[in-house]
Amino acid sequence: MLSHGMKQAGNISIHHLQGVILAVLNPWVAIGILLLLAFFASYMNALSWADLTYVLPATSLGYVLLALVAKFALHEQISMLRWLGIALISGGVGFVAGGPALTAHPHDEHPKDPLLEKSARSFDRAQGKGGAPTGAEAEL
Amino acid sequence: MSHLYTWSGILIVVFFSVVGDNLMSRAMKQVGDVHAIVKHSGVWTVVGRVLSNSNFFLAVSAMAVAFFSLLFALSWGDVSLVAPAAASLTFIANAFAAKIFLHERVDRRRWIAAVLVAAGVVLLAG
Repeated sequence: MLSHGMKQAGNISIHHLQGVILAVLNPWVAIGILLLLAFFASYMNALSWADLTYVLPATSLGYVLLALVAKFALHEQISMLRWLGIALISGGVGFVAGGPALTAHPHDEHPKDPLLEKSARSFDRAQGKGGAPTGAEAEL
Repeated sequence: MSHLYTWSGILIVVFFSVVGDNLMSRAMKQVGDVHAIVKHSGVWTVVGRVLSNSNFFLAVSAMAVAFFSLLFALSWGDVSLVAPAAASLTFIANAFAAKIFLHERVDRRRWIAAVLVAAGVVLLAG
């Protein structure tokens, strides 16, 4: 969306900064910025309950979606190498999705926060490992 | 010489993205489970907690630096090298950084995922 709008807005030079404001008024650019903000909010929400090494591979599904949109909406050709890339990313996301979302810390860093404590306890129950011994933290 | 510029640009981008992602993860862990807080005391509590978290602002600054250094790196090297190299190295470096600084349990499953995704990004964006 952003790229589409910016190409409509044309080249912006440093001497014509009013061009930047005009670009923001372009509906495509505005929608693009709103979507980016929505992505960022969802990203922060996901990070609030899952590990970074869990969230990051999941966000890479965006690359796959982008390629599929390019194929089916914009009718671009996708080469064999790119299909292989899509397969690798999907496989990687599948790998990480099969594991636990959050590292269980036996001693929570914020024991005084009742909300956190409650959510941590319910999470442990859901994962079936309340008070997991530290030995379980060892590398596989 | 231009190779050196390009790769140092890529490494700077990767460094600041990783710092930004790690700080953001730490900030959101300090804020707490957004869903639970919204349910318990409303969305403004979340906004207040996020905006009073210093790690959040450090993270946003690091991400902004990463974005502008990406622009610089793109002016030094080809898009077809800089964009996929920076994106995929960020995945690998983040796995290391999350293990060291966030004490996340990066098991074999997650290493494989990071490597697969990094390789996939190279193939897709390259």
